[in-house]
Amino acid sequence: MNPVFEAGQRGEKVRSDCWVRLEPRTSGGLELCVTSKVDAMYGDAVRATCRTVLEALGVRDAVVTVEDAGALDFVLAARIEAVVKRAGLGNDTAFLPPPGPGFGTRTTRERFRRSRLYLPGNEPKHFLNASQHKPDAIILDLEDSVAPPAKDAARLLVRNALRVVDFGQCERMVRINQGERGLADLDAVVPQNVHVILIPKVESAEQVQAVDARAEKVRLAAGLESPCFLMPIIESALGCFNALAIATASPNIVALTIGLEDYTADLGAQRTPEGRESFWARQVVVNAARAAGVTPIDTVFSDFSDMEGLRQSVLEAKALGFEGKGCIHPRQVPVVHEAFAPSSEEVEKAKRIVLAFQDAERRGLGVVALGSKMVDPPVVKRALRTVLMAEALALLPKDWQSLTEMSSTSGRAH
Amino acid sequence: MADRLDSEELRENVLRRPVPEVVNGKKQVPYLGVHGYRVQGRKAGPPIPTAADYPANGDKRVGSLPEALEACGIQDGMTLSTHHHFRNGDFVSNMLFDACAKLGRRDLMWFPSASFPCHEPMIAHMQAGVVHHIEGSLNGPLGDYCTDGKMRGLGVLRSHGGRWQAIQDGEVHIDIAVIAAPCADPFGNANGVHGPAACGSLYFALADSLYADRVIVVTDHLVPFPAIPWQIQGNNVDFVVCVDRIGDPSKIVSGTTEITKSPDRLLIAEWVARFVRDAGIMRNGFSFQAGAGGTSLAFAMYLKEMMRQAGVKARFVRGGSTRYLVEMLKEGLTDYILDGQTFDLEGVASMRDNPCHVPTSPFTSYNYHGKGFFGTLVDVVVLGATEVDVNFNANVVTHSDGRLLHGIGGWQNCLFAGCTILAVPALRDRIPVIVDEVTTLTGPGELVDVIVTERGIAINPRRSDLLERVKGSDLPIRDIRDIQREVEQVCGGKPKPPRRGGQVVAVVKWVDGTVLDSVWNVER
Repeated sequence: MNPVFEAGQRGEKVRSDCWVRLEPRTSGGLELCVTSKVDAMYGDAVRATCRTVLEALGVRDAVVTVEDAGALDFVLAARIEAVVKRAGLGNDTAFLPPPGPGFGTRTTRERFRRSRLYLPGNEPKHFLNASQHKPDAIILDLEDSVAPPAKDAARLLVRNALRVVDFGQCERMVRINQGERGLADLDAVVPQNVHVILIPKVESAEQVQAVDARAEKVRLAAGLESPCFLMPIIESALGCFNALAIATASPNIVALTIGLEDYTADLGAQRTPEGRESFWARQVVVNAARAAGVTPIDTVFSDFSDMEGLRQSVLEAKALGFEGKGCIHPRQVPVVHEAFAPSSEEVEKAKRIVLAFQDAERRGLGVVALGSKMVDPPVVKRALRTVLMAEALALLPKDWQSLTEMSSTSGRAH
Repeated sequence: MADRLDSEELRENVLRRPVPEVVNGKKQVPYLGVHGYRVQGRKAGPPIPTAADYPANGDKRVGSLPEALEACGIQDGMTLSTHHHFRNGDFVSNMLFDACAKLGRRDLMWFPSASFPCHEPMIAHMQAGVVHHIEGSLNGPLGDYCTDGKMRGLGVLRSHGGRWQAIQDGEVHIDIAVIAAPCADPFGNANGVHGPAACGSLYFALADSLYADRVIVVTDHLVPFPAIPWQIQGNNVDFVVCVDRIGDPSKIVSGTTEITKSPDRLLIAEWVARFVRDAGIMRNGFSFQAGAGGTSLAFAMYLKEMMRQAGVKARFVRGGSTRYLVEMLKEGLTDYILDGQTFDLEGVASMRDNPCHVPTSPFTSYNYHGKGFFGTLVDVVVLGATEVDVNFNANVVTHSDGRLLHGIGGWQNCLFAGCTILAVPALRDRIPVIVDEVTTLTGPGELVDVIVTERGIAINPRRSDLLERVKGSDLPIRDIRDIQREVEQVCGGKPKPPRRGGQVVAVVKWVDGTVLDSVWNVER
């Protein structure tokens, strides 16, 4: 009996995925047996894709069985490639599906990262519509949400998803694994226009630098122009003590975040809704991030049925200085955005500061004053950001300045 | 297969759908347009009974269902009806045809108000010749049996209102109606609000009780006269049969109906609610219908919050009721629930205890051959569909592979609301929901106003008024063809049409009894 290899998922509840079984043989050519839930509509297309991928990977003699539960081509390709690699067959090339319409999007260092939606890296059914929920970022997760035996398959699936799935205006993030496996993840995903790499369980600057160096190498080899940004995740007591070194470890770091499940476990404390056990750690992360000039981002809120709890948690995070929150369910996204949105008082105050700033600039003054009070540059910077966010959230019309100036010129005429 | 129809006997209706001219031996009128057909004649009626022929003490009990059937004069080829108020927990339909088999009866027509997977034993009865064919919704194993072309007669799919219309117009003559009653008295008065199998309303059986030649009430909860409320009146009932159990309460109503957890469906539901608000439909005194599907429940939840915020109150809400609607009634967000069927225990209790939670029959809500029906008075209705085409025609009865999947239910009747919204995912796994042409036409596009998907909202160009009203809102209003193109790009091209066989296996009726479309056998 020949050895057989498997990849993918099967069963009643599996959707948008497939299961592939491969039995290598020494002669007899390629025998392909496909059953598909969408046979009537796409059976021919599924068979053609399977054959194309197997041939491109150089599989000549094998019996391949595919149970398809509505997988798209990029999923079929990733599963077949996984099984071929597990079998040690083929010509050791990758099968890269043609890039889709969302492939070329760019990001900027300064963009909002209020919400980042985690997508388990081995669950294709969550990928397709993720951007419809309008998170600021999506994270294709290769770490904790992927079981160890599926790590290789998830890496290929995420690579293909980055090429094909249209993530719209979302920033494209990948959370890699720890250690060597994480560095190998970079080889697969960085060439696929990843905007931000999340590095888990960071305890030292060296860890970040190792990822940075590898990502840079892969990026340059792939001929990509934009840098691959980094977001280290601090998840331990040691990580907290090294937070500043971590946050300043590379110019590619754009944000610093914290993972409280692992952190509280590391402390030997229970994670409570009040979060007193992690208060210090969160403050450390905020302070380290601010000191390094990167964005502090809070952990996830893990009870997705408790929207009020989420709202409170975001308001608390905002009060501590965080500018973003992790989401594990798409419905958390609007709640997070709403809670991070500036209040009308904040917007009003920011408007006054921005106008005063512009006024000072116009008049060539080095100092911004609001009435008799001096306004410091960091306050101006924050006000500019508040106004920008208010505009983005349609809390403020884009032409608010002309409107405000018209109504207030008479008052400022003295 | 003797009574199969050849394709030569098909004729195209006004929507160019080929439909049989004769169905199960009866001449048909092809669909003539939404309001295109005017029926002539008088309503059907049962024979006139005389009270002297019934026990003066009001006790119409007989010992068993076979006894009652024999007393009703059951014969081969008769039409027997049952009802779906027990949904997948019904014992009585299977009990009935087991009894018919024991009595040696053959070639019966089963005329349920809907069928469920629990009715799979009907396949054995059809194979054995006890049942000739079924006119009613066909899904699950029965749907497959019919789609495979194994049923002797044609399936006839009617809406709830269409079923009333067919009975009332004499299109379907019921010889014996068997009504499963959670609570009944010996005279035959019956209701669905008391007893271990309480389900809410019995009004899916109301037409049968009025028009069938003979009526049998089967109960597992007999009370002394009077059984109040008498949703079914004993004056229409011939016999009462007591049995141990008429249904499985856990499958009749759920202890708790749950709002969907699917992020995409929740997004769709929220957009539907925002559409209803932003289009100005949500205003004091308005009305809406939302069923018990996960998306509909979520829509009701979002709308409820918006009504609270805006201080808006509805005049009535049309159920399928659930605890979510009951909460709205209790909170004063609506004056009435007009309830077609009840999906959970809180709904049943509310119907029993709250006079503003009113059971309604397909006559009041849906019957097109009446002097109006209140389905037209509902401001907005939220429905599902398996497919929608670029002309807004919709399919609810077959899957994109051509196989029978759902009954019509009240779906067609609801299309007459002021604003009909289909809340559908843009794709199911790899299957696009927006297509060039629906597999089976169940609802004409001129009655479908809005499609809400997780990839955007498409408004029927016929409804320029709605388009105008949501201008300036931040809802993602898109052309239906844009959404279609985007989804086809994701799915890898247009889906292939089903491998349709050459044989009509069922027809879809319009609300006026005309034939809207045919369902074809599908090659496996």
